[in-house]
Amino acid sequence: MGKAAGADLVEIFLERTDHLGVLAEQDTITSVTPAFGMGAGIRVFRDQRDGFVSTNDLSEAGLTTALTQALGMLGLDLDGTGLSGFEGLPALRDFALEKNLWLSSCPELTESTQKLLEGTAQLQQKGKHLQARRGSYARDWQEVMVAASDGTFGRDIRLHQSVGLNVLAADGDHRAGVGRRYGTSDSPDDLRQWDVAQAADEVCTSAGNMLYADYVEAGQMPAVLANRFGGVIFHEACGHLLETTQVERGTTPFAEKVGETIAHEAVTAIDEGLTGGAFGSLSMDDEGLEAQRTVLIENGVLKRFLSDRAGELRTGHARTGSGRRQSHTFAAASRMRNTYIAAGPHQPEDLIASVDRGLYCKSMGGGSVGPTGQFNFAVEEGYLIEDGKLTKPVKGATLIGEAKEVMPRISMCANDLELAAGFCGSVSGSIFVTVGQPHIKVDSITVGGR
Amino acid sequence: MSQTNQSLNAEQLRSQLEGIAQQHGIRQWDLGAACSTDTSVQVDRGEPKQLKGAQRSSITIRVWNSEGLVGTTSTSDLSQSGLERALSGARDAAAFGNAEETPAFSPLATAPLTALDQPLHQPQGILKLLEQLKAAEHDLLGRHQAISTVPYNGLAERSSERIYLNSDGACRQQQLTTASIYLYARAEESGRKPRSSGAVRLAYGASDLDIAGCIDEAAERTISHLDYAPVETGRYTCVLSPEAFLDLIGAFSNLFNARSVLDGVSLSQKDSIGQSLAVPFLSIDDNGLHPGNIGASNFDGEGTPTRKLSLLEGGVLKNFLHSEATARAFGVTPTGHAGLGAKVSVGPDWFEIGPTPGSSGGQSGLDRFKADQPIIWIDSLSALHAGVKASQGSFSLPFDGWLIKGGEARSIDAATVAGDIRQVLNAIVGFEGEAKVTPDGLCPMVWVEGLSITGEA
Repeated sequence: MGKAAGADLVEIFLERTDHLGVLAEQDTITSVTPAFGMGAGIRVFRDQRDGFVSTNDLSEAGLTTALTQALGMLGLDLDGTGLSGFEGLPALRDFALEKNLWLSSCPELTESTQKLLEGTAQLQQKGKHLQARRGSYARDWQEVMVAASDGTFGRDIRLHQSVGLNVLAADGDHRAGVGRRYGTSDSPDDLRQWDVAQAADEVCTSAGNMLYADYVEAGQMPAVLANRFGGVIFHEACGHLLETTQVERGTTPFAEKVGETIAHEAVTAIDEGLTGGAFGSLSMDDEGLEAQRTVLIENGVLKRFLSDRAGELRTGHARTGSGRRQSHTFAAASRMRNTYIAAGPHQPEDLIASVDRGLYCKSMGGGSVGPTGQFNFAVEEGYLIEDGKLTKPVKGATLIGEAKEVMPRISMCANDLELAAGFCGSVSGSIFVTVGQPHIKVDSITVGGR
Repeated sequence: MSQTNQSLNAEQLRSQLEGIAQQHGIRQWDLGAACSTDTSVQVDRGEPKQLKGAQRSSITIRVWNSEGLVGTTSTSDLSQSGLERALSGARDAAAFGNAEETPAFSPLATAPLTALDQPLHQPQGILKLLEQLKAAEHDLLGRHQAISTVPYNGLAERSSERIYLNSDGACRQQQLTTASIYLYARAEESGRKPRSSGAVRLAYGASDLDIAGCIDEAAERTISHLDYAPVETGRYTCVLSPEAFLDLIGAFSNLFNARSVLDGVSLSQKDSIGQSLAVPFLSIDDNGLHPGNIGASNFDGEGTPTRKLSLLEGGVLKNFLHSEATARAFGVTPTGHAGLGAKVSVGPDWFEIGPTPGSSGGQSGLDRFKADQPIIWIDSLSALHAGVKASQGSFSLPFDGWLIKGGEARSIDAATVAGDIRQVLNAIVGFEGEAKVTPDGLCPMVWVEGLSITGEA
């Protein structure tokens, strides 16, 4: 109908969701929150424009209303008498065939509540001066179907589970709040395999180290960022700037730099949806395209951008299976999946030993990037580096900078690449992603603090 | 209940729920329902970029089981089968309810509500929104040759409706129309870093939006950041814009949050009422009913009426924000700040901040352009989600602003401001200018001495 009305392309995204959230505080389950939903997002393209309408109403009348609205946004209507040219959909590419039993194989409520209570009990056992202990679990099951008039027709099921432990340690005026979240995808057994004792140990050790830490001395200094969630620096500092969404907006300094050196030659960066069980992995993206491995930067040279359907249309960068959205209420946009800096040749100790005075960022908090490319992120657990050795813990640090200045300063990469699960919020909502890196050294960065 | 109809029918919904509850042997339940239609446009250098429409509906149901424990379910499926699934799901979840703290119906769920003056507007339609935004973008691009794009922009109108019902007969319903415009321009001069800033306006309908004011403010702010320079790291007296100070108070609102107090993650304790938290001339009220609060609700998630509540008066903590459960724990009445859930969240509505009536209000006649020392004027704070440690009281945040020296303001290159909220509240020097209405509250410029600034110089 949409093609007959004059649209270049019509796409529908159908979704069913089943969410479970559980919260344990101290030694009690304080919240169990099941939620489920369904809906559709209809997008219509004409020339370089698109209209997008989402609805919870999946009746024929509801979907027709949504399509009519989307067409109307482009000045089209269903009464148009053009020829559709639509040749029907091919056979369904069903990525979900092996996944139909995932939801029923996940832990029952009783099992998940017991695991969380085990977590808060472990915190109590391992921590000191704990004023609050919290464990949380989220299970997100999503079934999607994407159909488009260009012959896209795919179905998939996604399953994400994440579990987190948080503590607030307090002793007089000293306070330290520390949290860690662990997440994987595509395995109903994830929660069962979670090493709760190790997780509690990690959280309590960090809180203990940070409780009496001094505030960091602010200024410009070299920094060594630990592996795993340290990868948030690349995610914020550079990853977002390599999405075609940013090219469209004119907010990336790298728009015309493909083939040019934009980072230190030590840096190779990859975004992919293929790593088994990683939080940002996908069989197909939310536009029905199979996930792939995309080398973004190779030895410092910019190779590719992450592109979605609209990005390809408006910027000319070919799609990379990176069209992602939180739910049917968002149009897909170019977004990261599992994004990491590749391992280098050094031992982690070599990086620290090369710094006379600087900051070691063992654990990162969240971060963001603004429209001018300036990024920031918080250091949750930090230590001073003095004469090539880690010395006292410091708190209150925020790292800020601009990608095109900082990327050339990542001069050393260690050989201990690890990934970490996270959530990324942007134009198409909050999505599951992985960040990662080995230990890296930044020769100089602005550290905000007191 | 038809989902294509954008209006919720409270009585029909009640009848459906009562029927399903009876079938499942459920005697006590309540629900919050919401539906909305949104239309929004974005443009890019004169061309429509993305046009969006959304119809959303959702419902949250709470059920008390035979042991008095509570379970909750949310769904966007408002069909008969969806409601049945939600109700039975909530009943199943109730088996895991917290016996140590069970929510109850708010005793104020049927108390009279304050009538709000919120005129309902007919939607203008997406094509008219598009033309208005194209014109606004064109106008903004023409304000300075360095402004080359307005990468973040949007004009939206929304119609929404919300309901609270419970099995004891409470029935609340509110309809609202709102509109918003935001314009964030990017400017860049040869050999210099790009700079960006913007403005937002809200109204009950698109025809009431102050689009011209939004363009003026976005242009003025963006242009004022073109001539930037690094700032020396050090301690400065800072003047926080109303928006920045409201952001900071909002980020540390656990100071006033009874839920956070009971959970042990607030900076306040249960016996903190009556203690001095700030300079003796600072008052903070929460007043969701203020006429400047576009989008005000006259009842909270539990049906409790919204009201003005004094949080700080003369620097002294007067009240906490409460749900039904926290109010019961403290022996007070609910304040109208609750969400809806098995564990009910509590949050502020809209702050009114300023000098305590009858107090000196700190130093008088403050004027940042007449200061005899360098002043940092903080216009907006960024990355509050990452840089605020709410339960520790500390913050370290990037900001946009200016260094004012000898009456001249110069934009600051990348910098952060860091401190402790309790230190900030006790280092307020005074206020400058009249209180300004913003989307988050009402507040004048606030002078704070001795804040730590880290720059690249």
